[in-house]
Amino acid sequence: MAATTTSAPPPKTNRIGLAVIDYRGGKTTLCAGCGHNAISERIIDAMYEMGVKPERVAKLSGIGCSSKSPAYFMGRSHSFNAVHGRMPSVATGAVLANRSLMALGVSGDGDTASIGMGQFVHLMRRNLPLIYIIEDNGVYGLTKGQFSATADLGSKLKTGVINDLPPVDTCAMAVTLGATFVGRSFSGDKRQLHAMLKAAIAHHGTVMLDVVSPCVTFNDHEGSTKSYKYMKDHDEPLQEVSFVPAFEDISVEYDPGSTVEVTMHDGSRLRLRKLEEDYDPTDRIRAITRLNEAHEKGEVLTGVFYVNPKAPSFVDLLNIAEQPLATLPESVVRPGREVLEQVMEELR
Amino acid sequence: MATTDVALREASGRAEPKHVVNDMSIQVATVNGSGSQSSNSVLLRSIFQMGVPVSGKNLFPSNIAGLPTWYTIRANKDGYIARKKEIDFVIAMNPETAQEDVMSLAAGAAVLYDEPLNLNSLRADLIFYSVPYDKLVAPVCPEAKLRKLVRNMIYVGVVAKLLEIDMGEVEKAIRKQFSKKVKAANLNLAAVQAGYDYAAANLPKRDPYFIQRMDKTKGKIIIDGNSAAALGCMFAGVTVVSWYPITPSSSLPEATIEYMKRFRVGADGKATFAIVQAEDELAAIGMVIGAGWAGARAMTATAGPGISLMAEFSGLAYYTEIPGVIWDIQRVGPSTGLPTRTSQGDMLSTAFLSHGDTKHILLIPCSAEECFSMAQDAFELAEQFQTLVFVMSDLDLGMNNWMADPFKYPEKPIKRGKVLDKEELDRLGGFARYKDVDGDGIPYRTLPGTDHPAAAWFARGSGHNEKGQYSERPDDYERNMERINRKFETARSFVPRPDVVANGSSKIGIIAYGTSHWAIVESRDQLRKEYSIETDYLRLRAYPFTREVHDFVKTHDRVYVVEQNRDAQMMSLLKLDLEPALVTRLRSIAHIHGLPMDARSVTDELMTMEGK
Repeated sequence: MAATTTSAPPPKTNRIGLAVIDYRGGKTTLCAGCGHNAISERIIDAMYEMGVKPERVAKLSGIGCSSKSPAYFMGRSHSFNAVHGRMPSVATGAVLANRSLMALGVSGDGDTASIGMGQFVHLMRRNLPLIYIIEDNGVYGLTKGQFSATADLGSKLKTGVINDLPPVDTCAMAVTLGATFVGRSFSGDKRQLHAMLKAAIAHHGTVMLDVVSPCVTFNDHEGSTKSYKYMKDHDEPLQEVSFVPAFEDISVEYDPGSTVEVTMHDGSRLRLRKLEEDYDPTDRIRAITRLNEAHEKGEVLTGVFYVNPKAPSFVDLLNIAEQPLATLPESVVRPGREVLEQVMEELR
Repeated sequence: MATTDVALREASGRAEPKHVVNDMSIQVATVNGSGSQSSNSVLLRSIFQMGVPVSGKNLFPSNIAGLPTWYTIRANKDGYIARKKEIDFVIAMNPETAQEDVMSLAAGAAVLYDEPLNLNSLRADLIFYSVPYDKLVAPVCPEAKLRKLVRNMIYVGVVAKLLEIDMGEVEKAIRKQFSKKVKAANLNLAAVQAGYDYAAANLPKRDPYFIQRMDKTKGKIIIDGNSAAALGCMFAGVTVVSWYPITPSSSLPEATIEYMKRFRVGADGKATFAIVQAEDELAAIGMVIGAGWAGARAMTATAGPGISLMAEFSGLAYYTEIPGVIWDIQRVGPSTGLPTRTSQGDMLSTAFLSHGDTKHILLIPCSAEECFSMAQDAFELAEQFQTLVFVMSDLDLGMNNWMADPFKYPEKPIKRGKVLDKEELDRLGGFARYKDVDGDGIPYRTLPGTDHPAAAWFARGSGHNEKGQYSERPDDYERNMERINRKFETARSFVPRPDVVANGSSKIGIIAYGTSHWAIVESRDQLRKEYSIETDYLRLRAYPFTREVHDFVKTHDRVYVVEQNRDAQMMSLLKLDLEPALVTRLRSIAHIHGLPMDARSVTDELMTMEGK
């Protein structure tokens, strides 16, 4: 029967022929309004628009609300929900085993800045090709609202408890330690986060994105410094971030006086329209100073703080074979009889 | 501190002059950091090259320089290479320990000492030889700062003369030791010669010990267990190694780096491996699990403290069913314990490492040959059963030099276990990660990066159903845990089987494992020769236990479980596995002094327990 006169329009697809639905995951079990859900949406959009094949992506996470979220996007990608604070090592092993994977790590502020601090620090040092997102809400959600180490000095819990310890600035640490793409965003800033995620996908090296992501249940009240309201009032973007992928052969004029353009590893262009005149995102020292100033001023600085698309990654440093190590054939990974004989002779 | 236990030799045994050929224990007492290791290796190798079975055991402090160190070389015509309690020949170079080293000897032993130490006045029942090392070293080594290192070579020459070790073999051993450094070789050779000449002119032979040529080491190699393990891993096709330095395991990954750099770099100059020094043991095992998930043959090496740190991750690998290989080069615990002493103290905690119901496959090598072959077994089993496999070596095996038969090239092709690729997924249409399709408990997996829309699965340490989906349902949890247990039961038929020596009539059985083996071999001969007691012997090579273990206990009235820990850890594991009626047959012989096990202690304890 071909009686229908109208047919549904074919679903919109990206450059590899996939629809947005191919990038979706399971239904979220996080609270309605949780910032993490918005971040999942942005990841889906960015991966879709960049035309990343879901089968190429390896999602990794630790423990906590944030770390549950990989179940809620990109169901066609492999995923590993590991132990608390130690996703970085699992991600490192996976990338070394198969360098063709695009690793996407999702962590939280507790998972990173407390129990995971040791592995976080060393991940940043290695510049492993990986996108590391901290879904940062300043509290432990799954255990019902204790402070985390990114909670600001003086911020207040629902119970009235005041935080009297200074926060860990994961961005300042990441820049200091050697990550090559470091930024902060806000789950409520769709445009900025979207552009930053697309640039992250184009980067070769460690991308560290701290995304303030309010916890509607435990940390969205008056006195919290990680609430939607607080972010709306204090978000201080460094730049207007936009991104031109390599496959979009568009040459849009820009004013080099007001905009910094960074050519990414794959030829894409990250455009940062300066809101602060002299800010140079390729200057590490400046980045660290500016982040420290933000603390003094009580600003929540967002934007791309530092980017270096040319630094060698950990995979480059190890000089590993182009083919994934995991599936190298026996003929490559088992030396011949003559090698064993030679070694035996040396030991006689 | 003395390394010699109270000697048990009867006093009369040493009275009349005699020739003792190829049966002695030589102990070199030095200070660590003084370069004595080269001298001791040369001495060991010279004896080995003369065809005499030999073993060398380094007893060293947890320190870089300045503390006492003892190196014991045992030469034995019958092939006994376990530690021997009695020392026959002491080379006393360390003023701090010299007195005690001498006082702890049995009558009749020989002492070679540095002249200024004046040890000969200490006892009348020993044979003393004094050597003026400082006087001898000056002419052969004009460079003053090298003298400290070269000085130790002099005793090699003296001993060569006294024991009649062929100087041609000594020279060969020196050339091998300093293979690329001709100048250093010549300098050391001159020192050996000076010692030899001095002994020839000044030290008439008074002790009964001689080394004479045999042919019992022909074709054999000398290697430490950690290097053997490294080679084994390389030939097993390991691709990702992550490690954190800890004694006594560090030399395993370090040897792996050396071998892999030589033999696993492709024609394009690219490495077919990645080796990472991690920030701690947590990260080391995390990387192994990440790499195993992504399909690599991955491993780490550690010791007890590292094993403790790896507990949580081990449970994750167990429950998510990710392969990986972990070498535990056991040292004395608990806590920091005695970091440079040997032990079998991690058996129980490793078997059940992590919280919740977990149990792991353990392989237990006793020799360098097995370090090599079990490396391959370990990767094979890890991928077959999609789980961690722990190889339980120890400091004695890992860090000491052992004679070994040349390693056999692996004949079996590498098998990667139940991994579905794109073509199989095309055919099947999909799969359920944790479904027991074949009835052996072992499910199928796919690797990240597999180019098929149905390839992905979600690895999680939280409760999951057959499809790997999050589940808190009691039936899902139970079904899954029972299936994982079935895998473990299946593994019983695939792990290395024990080595059994049984004559069919002995009432007494001995069960031992790992490096205790070498003491058991000798002890069984002592029991036969000295007490006319025949024993049967089962050497465990793996956990879970195979059927042979049950049969062995069933067919013996009394079974002595010999091991190097306080709490009879292996016996505890056996008790959990055996039927209740058999449990009472087990008796424990456990040693915890941190020194390699010796035969005499086993024999004595067994005889005491036998009521004789």
